Amino acid sequence: MLVSVTGVGLRETMVAIINYGLGNLGSIANMLKVIGEKSVITADPEKIKAADRIILPGVGAFDAGMSKLNESGVVDVIKEQANAGKPILGICLGMQLLGNASEEGELPGLGLIDFSCKRFDIPAEMNLKVPHMGWDIVEFKKDVPLIDGIEGRQRYYFVHTYHAVCNNSEDVMMTCDYGYEFACAVNKGNVYGVQFHPEKSHDFGMRLFENFCKKC
Amino acid sequence: MFNRPRIIPVLLIDDRDLIKTINFKKPTYLGDPVNALKIFNRKGIDEMAVLDISASKKGIEPDFELLTDMASEAFMPLSYGGGIKTLEQVRKLLAIGYEKVVLNTSLVEDEHLVRDAVALAGSQSVVASIDAKLVKGQYKCVICDGTKVIDMTPVELAKHAAELGVGEIFLNSIDRDGMMTGYDTDLINQVVNAVDIPVTACGGAGSISDLKDALVNGHAHAAAGGSMFVYYGRLKAVLITAPTEQELTEAGIYTE
Repeated sequence: MLVSVTGVGLRETMVAIINYGLGNLGSIANMLKVIGEKSVITADPEKIKAADRIILPGVGAFDAGMSKLNESGVVDVIKEQANAGKPILGICLGMQLLGNASEEGELPGLGLIDFSCKRFDIPAEMNLKVPHMGWDIVEFKKDVPLIDGIEGRQRYYFVHTYHAVCNNSEDVMMTCDYGYEFACAVNKGNVYGVQFHPEKSHDFGMRLFENFCKKC
Repeated sequence: MFNRPRIIPVLLIDDRDLIKTINFKKPTYLGDPVNALKIFNRKGIDEMAVLDISASKKGIEPDFELLTDMASEAFMPLSYGGGIKTLEQVRKLLAIGYEKVVLNTSLVEDEHLVRDAVALAGSQSVVASIDAKLVKGQYKCVICDGTKVIDMTPVELAKHAAELGVGEIFLNSIDRDGMMTGYDTDLINQVVNAVDIPVTACGGAGSISDLKDALVNGHAHAAAGGSMFVYYGRLKAVLITAPTEQELTEAGIYTE
């Protein structure tokens, strides 16, 4: 996307995909490329600061993710940039790390949105397997730039064992039903998190990335 | 509740060619795997599995260059199996866009790799592939791309794999491979009943009703197939094809 900056002319915006050793970085970069966005896969605080938007990916266990984030030395810059208003999108474990904590681990999360994660607790008679794996439909709960203009039934690819529980209902961006209704996407101001994988959800996911890069 | 069982086309690769086998033998050349994946992606397929039968047979590394090209065309979940021997290869596969690695021979010959892969990527990213074959009326497992029969039943190997921490079983019937005459639902039921983790059934799919049979009567959690997604018609013309959303809904496979 091209942005006009007074006196400088046109410049391309840049998305920093945070590389802390976990997650589907290649797929995210591929999808951004298809929609014409420049991205950099990095753990360099300077590059993160210089970027216009931040994507925090991640797969795996909560403590492993949080330790790797700490080791990579990017925790402070993520918090600082998020608090300064830069759009940030957490994906899967990256979403979970935006919260306060998780039943899965001991370490505190980034605390950018007030939620914690708990394990699916589905009545046995419903005969549903955990992890929640596969495509599922979602319900939008909040009118935010990330989903602006997206209409009709949306489905995304999920793989997770833990899910967010928001302390403030206004932070719930989308819900999904698996055994019961849970928050599958969260938002507070410029900070967004999605439990599912937009980078693996065909056009449904591509539209979210487009909105993230053009409207957020 | 929304119920959309996963229907998974399997792409078989042999030395950079897209092929299809019958009973794991007689490979037929079909075309270019990157192009095939591109077409499946355009069709909005839910999930794909890429299996390289040459890597394991020849004892060579996964073909990362080809796999990277393929992954860059795929905006759906992807799994890869074939020739995975080290944790570094697992890490690399995840980094280039495969969210699941499929392990077979290492289930019996290198349990450490299976455990380490689970620790690295989480159980949801590690799939145990079980190749089953009837030997004198009894199901046996075969490893090394169908070349080495071991003294374990599919149920035993599935339980063993679950204990190692894998998150999913990919159950292949060698006897039904390429036959397009329907799944072996007895085999599927045996394995589904033996483990708590999801089971993807493969081998024998020739039609939408076969897919439904594996899911409803076999109680599989996902239905995979090869021939029905790459062949068209009685004369088996090569054509990348897949049931549409509407066909799967009308068949009662997708429900609300």
